[in-house]
Amino acid sequence: MKRAFPILAVLTVLFLAYAFYQALWVAPTDALQGDVYRIIYYHVPSAWTAFLLFFINFIASVQYLANARPSTARAAKWIVIAIGIVGFVAPFIPQVRQQLPTGMYPSSVATTFLIITTLYFVIGKYFVDQDLDVLAVTTAEVGVVFCSIVLVTGPIWARPVWGIWWAPGDIRLASTLVLWLIYVSYLVLRRFSDSAQTQKLAAVLAVFGALDVPLVYFSIWFFRTQHPQPVIGGGGSMDPRMLHVLLISWMAFLSFAFLVCWSRYRLEKLRREVEEAEALESLMETSATFSAGKVPFSQGSK
Amino acid sequence: MNSIKFLYAAYIATWLIHGLYLGSLVRRYGRLRQQMKDLGKGK
Repeated sequence: MKRAFPILAVLTVLFLAYAFYQALWVAPTDALQGDVYRIIYYHVPSAWTAFLLFFINFIASVQYLANARPSTARAAKWIVIAIGIVGFVAPFIPQVRQQLPTGMYPSSVATTFLIITTLYFVIGKYFVDQDLDVLAVTTAEVGVVFCSIVLVTGPIWARPVWGIWWAPGDIRLASTLVLWLIYVSYLVLRRFSDSAQTQKLAAVLAVFGALDVPLVYFSIWFFRTQHPQPVIGGGGSMDPRMLHVLLISWMAFLSFAFLVCWSRYRLEKLRREVEEAEALESLMETSATFSAGKVPFSQGSK
Repeated sequence: MNSIKFLYAAYIATWLIHGLYLGSLVRRYGRLRQQMKDLGKGK
């Protein structure tokens, strides 16, 4: 495992360089926007990566809360299976299919639900107890970094194309900002609260915060907004060469996010181990003071 | 449209944010390593 990290790091740097080259020199220039549209190759993959990380944070938080009792863990598993089956079958029922917005395909909805269910069980298999909490804080922090990039590159792109930096009242922009604020408050809560209930409180906040992710994603389908339609499966049309570069860029950012999460996960595990060792050391010092017949705490004289 | 500077700004901003975050990770690793060293000395 120690060797795998530097190898993966080198491969990721090469992959990112390749994606950069593709984005700037290989992808065709947009007929309307010119070269500035190439911001899409950083803006959209960052948004998708942030959504994925927040979603993993949601699953880890749900599992952390559900695993508090065996009965709730079992119930949660069956609920996820039920949601997975309903989500997989329902989009193919004609009445439901008619309700889907233009450009949203039943197969993509079914696949999404299949991925959600699979991810829940994969995370449950490889992460237990405190590891789920470590995974949650890791994905939230890295997700906030990617979401910050979305919020910075979005206005930089909007200025030359829309003529404004920010469209006040636009649901896509506002919900993305709210999403970022929710996860920043999640991190602040974890950083500054040292109550025994912090992990549970953070997990509950993460579950509510995750409700904003579908709102951000589907807002452009359901509301009139300045933001363009989604580039995949949303009725928008994109040159296949542009789409190809976009997917390469996303894969490169995904590998980068994976590496960063790996480092952050190890850091968090190490931090908790050091904290435990420090607590143990101070406990041993206290007990040594007691056994030597000394009183460790000052007592008021009567 | 002289919009190329916006493209560069977006790309630079992206890597600046990633760089700052990676820097904070390295700093936190350094602090932890120091704490571990101090723990080792205490024994």
